[in-house]
Amino acid sequence: MGLRLSSPAEPPVDAARDAMVAEVRAVLGAAVLDSLVKPGDDAWIRVSTGAWRQTLQSLRTVLGFHYFCFLSAIDWMPSPFGRGEDDPTQPAPERDATIRPGYCGGDTRMQVFARVVNPVTHAAITVKADVPDDTMTVDSVADVYEGANWHEREAHEMFGISFAGHPDLRNMYLPSDFEGHPLRKDFPLLARMVKPWPGIVDVEPLPGGGEGDES
Amino acid sequence: MSALAIEIPYWGQSLLRVLGGLVAVLLPAGTIVYVFLFKMMSFMQSRLGPMEAGPYGSLQLVAEVGKWLQKEDIVPTNADRRIFRMAPIVVLVSTFLLVAVVPFGPDAWFTDFETGIFYALAVSSVSVLGILMAGWASANKYSLLGGLRAAGQLIAYELPMVLAVVGVVIQAGTMNLQQIVVAQNSGSIFGFDGLGNPYVLTQFVGFLVFMVAMQAELSQAPFDMPIAESELVSGYMTEYSGFRFLIFFIGEFATAGVFAMIASTLFLGGWGLPFAWFGWDSVDSVANWMNVAGPVIVVTKMMAVTFLVMWVRFSSPRLREDQLQRFAWKVLIPLSLANIMVTAVFKVVA
Amino acid sequence: MTALDDAVLGDRQRLSYIASQAADARLNVELETEGMTLNIGPQHPATHGTLRIIARLDGEQVVWAEPSCGYMHRGYEKLTEVRTYPQVTTLVNRIDWLGSFANEVPFILAAEKLMGVEAPPRAQWIRTILFELSRVANVSLFLGDLGVQLGAITPVFLAFRDREYVLNLIESATGGRFHPNFDRIGGLKDDLPAGWIAETKQVMRKMRNFCDEIESLLFGNEIFQSRTRGIGVIPRDVAMQYGLSGANLRASGVDWDLRRDQDSPMAWNKVSWKVHTHPDGDSFARCWVRLQETREATLIVDQLLDGIPSGPVMAKVPKIIKVPEGEAWVSTENPLGEMGYYVVSRGDIGPFRVKIRSASFNNISIVPWALRGVYVPDIITILASLYFILGDIDR
Repeated sequence: MGLRLSSPAEPPVDAARDAMVAEVRAVLGAAVLDSLVKPGDDAWIRVSTGAWRQTLQSLRTVLGFHYFCFLSAIDWMPSPFGRGEDDPTQPAPERDATIRPGYCGGDTRMQVFARVVNPVTHAAITVKADVPDDTMTVDSVADVYEGANWHEREAHEMFGISFAGHPDLRNMYLPSDFEGHPLRKDFPLLARMVKPWPGIVDVEPLPGGGEGDES
Repeated sequence: MSALAIEIPYWGQSLLRVLGGLVAVLLPAGTIVYVFLFKMMSFMQSRLGPMEAGPYGSLQLVAEVGKWLQKEDIVPTNADRRIFRMAPIVVLVSTFLLVAVVPFGPDAWFTDFETGIFYALAVSSVSVLGILMAGWASANKYSLLGGLRAAGQLIAYELPMVLAVVGVVIQAGTMNLQQIVVAQNSGSIFGFDGLGNPYVLTQFVGFLVFMVAMQAELSQAPFDMPIAESELVSGYMTEYSGFRFLIFFIGEFATAGVFAMIASTLFLGGWGLPFAWFGWDSVDSVANWMNVAGPVIVVTKMMAVTFLVMWVRFSSPRLREDQLQRFAWKVLIPLSLANIMVTAVFKVVA
Repeated sequence: MTALDDAVLGDRQRLSYIASQAADARLNVELETEGMTLNIGPQHPATHGTLRIIARLDGEQVVWAEPSCGYMHRGYEKLTEVRTYPQVTTLVNRIDWLGSFANEVPFILAAEKLMGVEAPPRAQWIRTILFELSRVANVSLFLGDLGVQLGAITPVFLAFRDREYVLNLIESATGGRFHPNFDRIGGLKDDLPAGWIAETKQVMRKMRNFCDEIESLLFGNEIFQSRTRGIGVIPRDVAMQYGLSGANLRASGVDWDLRRDQDSPMAWNKVSWKVHTHPDGDSFARCWVRLQETREATLIVDQLLDGIPSGPVMAKVPKIIKVPEGEAWVSTENPLGEMGYYVVSRGDIGPFRVKIRSASFNNISIVPWALRGVYVPDIITILASLYFILGDIDR
């Protein structure tokens, strides 16, 4: 574990993480669709949607990942509004709308991911699972890790993902009659829509770097 | 008052008593607020306290009163208006009723009550009524909780206070506060009369219990749960503003002052100096100048007692309600009962 | 209502009768102590801002409690998606506003990790020093505020007095008292000012005195102990399920500190210090661990000051920062607990998605569990000892 950055002494293989992922694969079997180990950095696995709850259950009870760090979601669709820097008076520019997944791949627009830690070995793993585009539902893990309760509520209101079996999916932050899911990429950031963003020109010269430094 | 050389008609005496009562309540209250709340607390917390209004901020209280008087007198919509408005006055009235029995000199008293201390202890519970009224009538849950806490606490601590006083009453053989003062100053400890017999020495346990119970009666930290600003916002005072809040505020410190006077009367010898210093043997032989010196002596002793109260207040965290009750019933009451027993035995034997 | 015949009662009388009945019924519902619902917050002295706790009470005992947050939600995760990487530090500064510098560090580290740059050693040491200074500033205020929550008014003045020294240090080094915004990808904005090291050493001595003072004034106080010991006990496994972190986790007996147990480019492993744990898991343990950590942090700073390596404080980075595609997770042991950023980059000048894992969100999610069956005063004790900052919950 750890995050040594570009240290030259770092071996290109990370035996501990490789062994951990192998162990996870052995326990979970075919549920693991893909895995990735970045040596000296972190480990990711992606499991099938149906195995999401079972995976976390096994990680906790069998593999000793008792510590729940966080659970959240990603919307992999590129924002149709870009970086919100368009001139509102001009027609919107064409943008590439193809959905590209991140590490460990993925077939859907939304993914949920959670990070759990083994408090004894301090090994950590990030688990991802696709969220089906049609039902937008995955199983809740709030009964596996009690702490996931609030994280799922947050993901529910921010991404519109339902968690089957969650006791109480009320909004945490937004008013209960709020429409839309703010962290979805197609949810416009209205403050950016009505007025051009002044921060576009906000590039300060770096200390040490000369004016024409283009390293 | 008849001992003063001039004859004063009855209405004049009454007027003087009313004015005297006002002074006896408000002057200590103002002094306590300035000296202890503003200055002593600041110094304990490594800051200066108010410095702008008047020399060393001495007029700060005047400024505060001015500010409060200007504020709107808000009554919440759901409040029981009449009771809400009455409550602070009931609290303040109990303070005035209390000061009536405190003797300030051989002839300087408001009433010479045969059962003075009995009356004082009874009347001091009137403020509970005011606090309950405030808590209930505010139609605020914090106020209600605060009011109920106050009621529970004041009733629980009334008992140790009464029991602590019983020791003094047994030793003095009277319930008249004036005679308790005389008994202390004309008494002697094992034949040594240089100090008189201030009951703080012979009734030390009683004094301790009385001080603790007083702290609770006044709801000062560590017994300030009825107010508990970090839990109940301000308890029963939450909804009060302006003038009515001012009355509560003055009432709090005025009651502290009057209780401290009663404590000094019961345990520190009240207005008197040891009679042996001047060769007096009874209250009738006390020199007339004691009528002037007496109030000064009482206020001095009151400040000493209040200092203790405030010292504890500024340096201790708050107990929990159940811990407070447990402390009253399991520690203070048995302690004061034991004190009464020992006192009674000594009284019979000696 | 059958007795109320239209012929007998006029309309106005009937209405006033119904109104008075309704008013009585409402009063009975509202003021019934058995099963009273108490709203603590959004404006309440114990909530350090605008957290609201809805508590169902039976007398003074809590039957059920639920925090309601969102009064301060600023949508930082959404805002990061339209900011460039250097601009994000301005946002994350305001998450835990009492220890702002510590919020910047994990984000910058995550960006550096994705870019494959590493700040020069001098920058790492200064970062670590400032990180620990913000811990001291943050937790010293906690220690003072703890007194206020429990009814002792004096400690908070001492805390404000002594925190001022630390804030002055942070200000003289970074230019910002509360929101330094000093960390840059690849290093720091500036080097330390002259004379800063000697001054810092002096202040660290003062802070250790402050810790001693608080320890004797508050922690040694019997009332404080009786108010906190055995209150809000969180067992080890519950703490881990809820993802509690920082002092809250260590107070439950879990010996885990990211500064020590994680390989990080920062300078913590260059000096010797101790991770404090407490077996009890109650409110006292949490406060005690924080007190010890403050003291330990001053010792860390002292040692680091002696060994700051020379060299530049900024690595060579491009003027316009584009972060290569990838995903990275970096978390650090912030004053409040584990603060982490899951940064997803698409090779753009700004992040594609940033998941901010803030400590208080997890720490406060245990509140419904921890508050069941306690008394109203203990709500305050438990909330105070869990130590949350509103900006850190709502983000």
